[in-house]
Amino acid sequence: MTGTGSAGRISRVSGPLVEVSGLAGLAMAEVVELGEPRLPGEVVAIDALRATVQAYEYTGGLAPGDPVAARGAPLSAPLGPHLLGGIFDGLLRPLAGAGPFLRPGAAAAPPGAGRAFPFTPRARDGDVLAAGDALGAVTVAGAVPYLVLVPPGAAGEVRGISPAGDLPAGAIVATVGGRPVPLTGSWPVRTPRPVAERLEAGEPLRTGQRVVDLLFPVTLGGTSAVPGGFGTGKTVLLQQITKWCDADVIVYVGCGERGNELAEMLTELSALADPRTGGRLADRTVVIANTSNMPMMAREASIYAGAAVAEHFRDMGLRVVVVADSTSRWAEALREFSSRSGEMPAEEGYPAGLASALAAFYERAGLVTTLGGRTGSVTIIAAVSPPGGDMTEPVTAYSVRFVRTLWTLDRDLAYARHYPAVSWEGSFCRDAAAIGNWYARNGDPGWAHRRERLAAVLVQADQAAALAELTGATALPAAQRMAILAGRLVREGVLQQSAISATDASCEPARAAALADAALEVADACGRLADRGVPADLIERQDFSALLRAKEEAATPEQVRGRAGDLIGRLSSLEADREGGPRS
Amino acid sequence: MSQWARPEFTAVERLRGPLAVLRGVTGVGWDEFATIRLDGGEVRHGLVLEADDDLAVVQVLEGTAGIDPARMAVEFAGSPLRIEVGTAWLGRVCGGRGQPRDGGPPVTGPVTAPVAGYPVNPAARLPPSEPVLTGVSVIDELTTVVRGQKLPVFAAPGLPHLELAAQVAAQATAGGEPFCVVFAGMGLTHADAAAVRAALEDRLAAGELVLLLNLAGDPVIERVLTPRVALTVAEHLAFTEGRHVLVVMADMTSYCEALREVSAARGELPARRGYPGYLYSDLASLYERCGRIDGLPGSLTLIPVLTMPAGDITHPVPDLTGYITEGQIVLSPGLHARGIYPPVDALSSLSRLMRRGAGPGRTRDDHLDVAAQTLAALAAARRAGELAELIGEEALSETDRRYSEFERAFEDCLVHQGPGQSRSLDETFRLAWQVLGKLPRRELTMIPADVLDARYPAGGGPAGGPAGADDRAEARP
Ligand SMILES: Nc1ncnc2c1ncn2[C@@H]1O[C@H](COP(=O)(O)OP(=O)(O)OP(=O)(O)O)[C@@H](O)[C@H]1O
Ligand SMILES: [Mg+2]
Repeated sequence: MTGTGSAGRISRVSGPLVEVSGLAGLAMAEVVELGEPRLPGEVVAIDALRATVQAYEYTGGLAPGDPVAARGAPLSAPLGPHLLGGIFDGLLRPLAGAGPFLRPGAAAAPPGAGRAFPFTPRARDGDVLAAGDALGAVTVAGAVPYLVLVPPGAAGEVRGISPAGDLPAGAIVATVGGRPVPLTGSWPVRTPRPVAERLEAGEPLRTGQRVVDLLFPVTLGGTSAVPGGFGTGKTVLLQQITKWCDADVIVYVGCGERGNELAEMLTELSALADPRTGGRLADRTVVIANTSNMPMMAREASIYAGAAVAEHFRDMGLRVVVVADSTSRWAEALREFSSRSGEMPAEEGYPAGLASALAAFYERAGLVTTLGGRTGSVTIIAAVSPPGGDMTEPVTAYSVRFVRTLWTLDRDLAYARHYPAVSWEGSFCRDAAAIGNWYARNGDPGWAHRRERLAAVLVQADQAAALAELTGATALPAAQRMAILAGRLVREGVLQQSAISATDASCEPARAAALADAALEVADACGRLADRGVPADLIERQDFSALLRAKEEAATPEQVRGRAGDLIGRLSSLEADREGGPRS
Repeated sequence: MSQWARPEFTAVERLRGPLAVLRGVTGVGWDEFATIRLDGGEVRHGLVLEADDDLAVVQVLEGTAGIDPARMAVEFAGSPLRIEVGTAWLGRVCGGRGQPRDGGPPVTGPVTAPVAGYPVNPAARLPPSEPVLTGVSVIDELTTVVRGQKLPVFAAPGLPHLELAAQVAAQATAGGEPFCVVFAGMGLTHADAAAVRAALEDRLAAGELVLLLNLAGDPVIERVLTPRVALTVAEHLAFTEGRHVLVVMADMTSYCEALREVSAARGELPARRGYPGYLYSDLASLYERCGRIDGLPGSLTLIPVLTMPAGDITHPVPDLTGYITEGQIVLSPGLHARGIYPPVDALSSLSRLMRRGAGPGRTRDDHLDVAAQTLAALAAARRAGELAELIGEEALSETDRRYSEFERAFEDCLVHQGPGQSRSLDETFRLAWQVLGKLPRRELTMIPADVLDARYPAGGGPAGGPAGADDRAEARP
């Protein structure tokens, strides 16, 4: 089956593209070792004479005639308790302790080397288990309930289960149906892990970002893409969600982006406490880092590694979020490789398989019943970096087609320092109805109505503002001027949210709802005043700062409501004043 | 291995643009360095772009013009290009491959390093958190450069981006710690190169500068190597020798054009505007070499300087640069036309790492508040300016007029400075406060009251009432 043992040779090297010959029985997707430094690569095409390999390291110095060996297995990643709190490259090799500079072919330490994992059995010898059933639990640093499961494909009687105690990462926990089950398993990253059933999603992921939670939520098991030009705030938004969303495990895939950004995030995650568990945020996070200067094809592999890690935790019955920054860099790796291999390009040089590859990646999200009968989810949130900010380019256009939720970041909003710069015109949530139903069943029956109102206010404000640009604001009818005012209250009082605020970087659902309701009520009050003849400019000149600053200063929903009440009281006195004075 | 004479290959199958295709080679690896000897004794250099069985495609850095394929011999180095690194580079002026240009001997050093570099392990990086002060007020106040950051200068053609880069290179310091500059010029005209040299003469004499110059008349393909040589020298000075190193690379647009030329000669499928699809990754392999590293001394800060063709920020070179760097300093044709130097457009410029590198314990306690307030006020001034265009200057409210005055003072006093003038941080902030003093105190809502009490210029504006009070009063009939 595999080419192990036969005399393979390199015949061509062009950057990450390597062609090899002489390996009989090589399989697609098999991993090979290239040259003396045994650089890993993966077979991506086979023809009669040569096989094409994408190399996962810098190939400088590799020459035709150098030896090649087949590993006899597809590209696989070690999945185990060592992942939590760790940082890995695109092939899931640990980066901690790998030295300041990454040299090609340097041997990586085995996963979890030197660590001991406290194991508690949940099954006994003689029990008959099926795939997905729990053999035991591992106590990890944070609050993640880590289970050791019978892997897909295995079933039968348990033998030799480890007693309670510390286990090394490589330990065999038990045999099930005669098959040894290691604490750290291995899984081919490009293959989705099997599930019992896919479920209809409806529960939202609470992200702590108001514009997301109020207007464009993503379901547990859903997908969201974040397209935006450079500097529009993709990474900041993704990192805020990484820090504050209510998932159990986050897999952060830094795919072809900056090293300094990752360093900063790692520092913050280690310093911040998880508000829900009291542990460190880092302990629920797995970071996969293939920065833009690291080998390009490992960037291609990194998003599959991220998906495999996410499914591993999902199978334990957990809510997992995969954050990928940025899928455009992954697509560029595909393009680069296909152009070197002389493949017929489709749009803008991307391979014809781009659309299906993107679709297949998003397909790995989902709310499921696991093989073991638990409910778990993988939610995928991915940045897209359109060249020149052009939203019609292929990666953006395909992503928009495949995702359930879209957060389009707008350069004008970012330029005006309106953060998060999520455009209300260019974004969508296809699951709003299901999420509204979920909220209605779970204590917030007003969610859907609130969302409609906010959206309506924003649209009307934009229409009125467009008109004002033609005629000048003062020439507008009072109702239009109140629409502009309402838009400002919603934008500044509700949607804007500073990532560096000490009090408002993350916002509880109840406080977000209270802020939205407050802005809408004040806007309504202004509208009523204008209807009753109070001059628009008098209303516009009122001091709304108590409302606009409530997001930073009012810590509880009650305080928010208090501020709105005071403001509405003050506003209604405008009418009383007028009634007392002469009419104009 | 290197003691043995390496075989020379002479079977040149084809010359095309900067490429030479050789047949019958053995054991030649990808990205290997090559030395090409011509009949007349001339020596050129090359890099292997592809190795296919007995065929090697070599890009010739000096170009193939004048080569007779029947009269050339190629010797391969056996490995990708390595250069000698060390402090001997300081004070030297060299060409785009690092060959001496100052009459001195070839630069030697105690160790060699591959010019391609090794990727920095992201897990070993330290977040940048201390400033590099440039002595240029608008940069130090509003887009502070942070040690380990990459912060480009974007300019439309005809703006003084090179002067600004040279000024920053001449004046920058790192709080008294060992500091030096590596300046890589690509595609510079003789006049530009002479101006850069003149601006940097003192630094060169002080042994704080490495100058690598590939001029407009020099081989185009050599430019592919220039930034890599610069960064390799800089990495050693930073992470081995413990200096804070500033690398200035100008003009990156010329570098990208060289890449495009090679790509076209290879018949590669172009992405946008003829540039190769790997331009992002290629630029990232340069820009990402900056940073700070846990356990190692020094830092490497990078200022790429580039021309936006036709002033278009969506052009692939500025666009992909913006996608890699940590902010940008944008020059404004409008300010330049008004005679303001340096014509930095403060509102379109941003240092994404500034929050970590400025403020208490780093620059000044009031830095971040003053910067945020100044930017907010500039935005308000711009809105007032737009309003004035609609309804006329006279119809502006008193407050809006104060904003317009503020903007003018900002540009004339704070932004404007001489190309040879270095301002201390305290001088910059004295000016920043003087400029903020053009606004009524009540408008300065982003600065804490006690800071205002201490710094707001006495008599700079009317005593503050509650926010908005005079607006309301003056609007009343
Ligand atoms: N929510 C926010 N609060 C405060 N500042 C923000 C916010 N979002 C973005 N910013 C500002 O915008 C800058 C750029 O944001 P970010 O790095 O997320 O952009 P990006 O879209 O990821 O860009 P690139 O494509 O270049 O990676 C940040 O450094 C920060 O100054
Ligand atoms: Mg980003």
